[in-house]
Amino acid sequence: MSDRVAVVGVGAVPPRPLSVDRSYRELGFESATRAYGDAGVTHQDIESFISVCEDFHEGTSITDEYTPDQLGAVLQPVHTIAGDGLQGVAAAVMLIRTGIADLVAVEAHCKTSNILTHEQVLAMALDPTYERALRVTPHFVAGMEMRRYLHETGSSEDAVAMVVVKNRRHALGNPVAAYGGILSPDDVLASAAVCEPLRELEISPNSDGAVVLVLASEEAARRTPKPVWIRGVGWASGTPWLAGRSWGQASYAGVAAEMAYRMAGITQPDREIRFAEIDDTYAYKELQHLEAAQLAPRADVTRMVMEGETRRGGRLPVNPSGGSLGMGYCFDATALYRTAEAVRQIRGEAGRAQVAQATTGLVVSWRGIPTQSGGAMVLSAD
Amino acid sequence: MARTRAKPATARAPAPPYVPLRGHPLNEEEFRGQVGSTTWVPRLEYAWDAGVAISRFLDGLREGKIYGVRCRRCGRTVTPPRAFCELDFKPMDEWIELRDTGTINTFSICYVTWDMKPLRVPQIPAVIEIDGTSPRVGFLHLVGGVRGRTVTEIRRQVRVGLPVRAVWKPPAKREGAITDILHFEPVRKRANR
Repeated sequence: MSDRVAVVGVGAVPPRPLSVDRSYRELGFESATRAYGDAGVTHQDIESFISVCEDFHEGTSITDEYTPDQLGAVLQPVHTIAGDGLQGVAAAVMLIRTGIADLVAVEAHCKTSNILTHEQVLAMALDPTYERALRVTPHFVAGMEMRRYLHETGSSEDAVAMVVVKNRRHALGNPVAAYGGILSPDDVLASAAVCEPLRELEISPNSDGAVVLVLASEEAARRTPKPVWIRGVGWASGTPWLAGRSWGQASYAGVAAEMAYRMAGITQPDREIRFAEIDDTYAYKELQHLEAAQLAPRADVTRMVMEGETRRGGRLPVNPSGGSLGMGYCFDATALYRTAEAVRQIRGEAGRAQVAQATTGLVVSWRGIPTQSGGAMVLSAD
Repeated sequence: MARTRAKPATARAPAPPYVPLRGHPLNEEEFRGQVGSTTWVPRLEYAWDAGVAISRFLDGLREGKIYGVRCRRCGRTVTPPRAFCELDFKPMDEWIELRDTGTINTFSICYVTWDMKPLRVPQIPAVIEIDGTSPRVGFLHLVGGVRGRTVTEIRRQVRVGLPVRAVWKPPAKREGAITDILHFEPVRKRANR
């Protein structure tokens, strides 16, 4: 039996700040319909289903119980990963590699516009005894991370602003991206301080969305039109202690990327990875993640970004889709949006956003503040 | 293994005398004071988008109508409506206005509230198969208009298969919610199904 696993179907709805016209079920149904159609399979062909969701984000306990209908998964094996999207993908890889299923669907959706008290939900993620009691907005975690990152690496705030400029510009080439725009670094640097040094334009806007991916064993993938191979996948979590974590570095992403590279047999990531779809929930995160994934040496990140090497036409295009800064941040669904966009690149279906020779791509995900959890995945055309 | 033979009762040594329970019940104040704990009262608020199917259903309730949807592939008519058939995985085909009568599929007589406080007059949640829908697709609501409060009294009036009818709020008080129907009450004369 082959150990290879492929993404064979991708379906998503365009992320938008509001989605009042449809329920999460209806968004999920559209995404699943698209994904199954893309893979050339029906819901009856899928043997197992994974839902990536968090109760607090949905306002419903056991919220995964509400996903089988829109996936065509009634009375089928379904389970939940309440974590990062790539952890959900990794679970699907395991189901396939253990021989339990040949075709697995992974679902994630986001109705962040339905949460009226976002800060309360976010506050619930902080330790109740030590951290929540201080009653500071949890965005401070990002502000402190950004400061320590800039302090340790010498990366410049201009480079952080350039990430925003680049991703918003990339989004203009992506017809489903909501936040395309032409900005200058000065526009970004002139935006209001939220949790200094973090500025308003450096935070990706919250968006609603839904994504479904179909994964397949090699045998099943050979029967589908457009398989993209998962060569390696990894994930890791750091310590939950805010007071004692590595503030400057995305250590979790480093461990996750190493795990994925080892599985993929990649020894020189900066040469073998041709493009990346990397978590940019906050603009500095893209830089942190680039370094953690060994795609940019610490001393070089600022130069690379400022000289345009991470633009669509550059040596290592990063977030050619526009990333979360250009498409919107979809909480639990973010990693699956990054994956879907990477799959489109490798298939050569990215249209105006297409990167030349996008044969091997890296996806890096982050579970969001206040976590130190994330994943990495190497996708390849063969 | 050797079998132990129980000694006759007469041979048993006298049981030790009862001892009083040690400790005493903690009240709320003592508990808070003596055990390390942290409190947090969450204020979580959501406004869920009802979507295409449920929105139209709720609009119907405001007008005193129960809407269902039909899938031509499996032939099922279901309510509450959904945008797609969860069995055939395809969009539903048509909207149907249903009657506001039905049959009890199952029910329970609950002597505690949703937050577990005792109730003298019980609540009777039931799944009601609305007339005109396919078998085994139900509508969760309450049974009302039943006299008495004991299990025996209620069981005499409420049973699986019992025909019921919606009792609506007055039109001016309806708000496009499932509670626009107050409850379903037993009907004596069964409508043809």
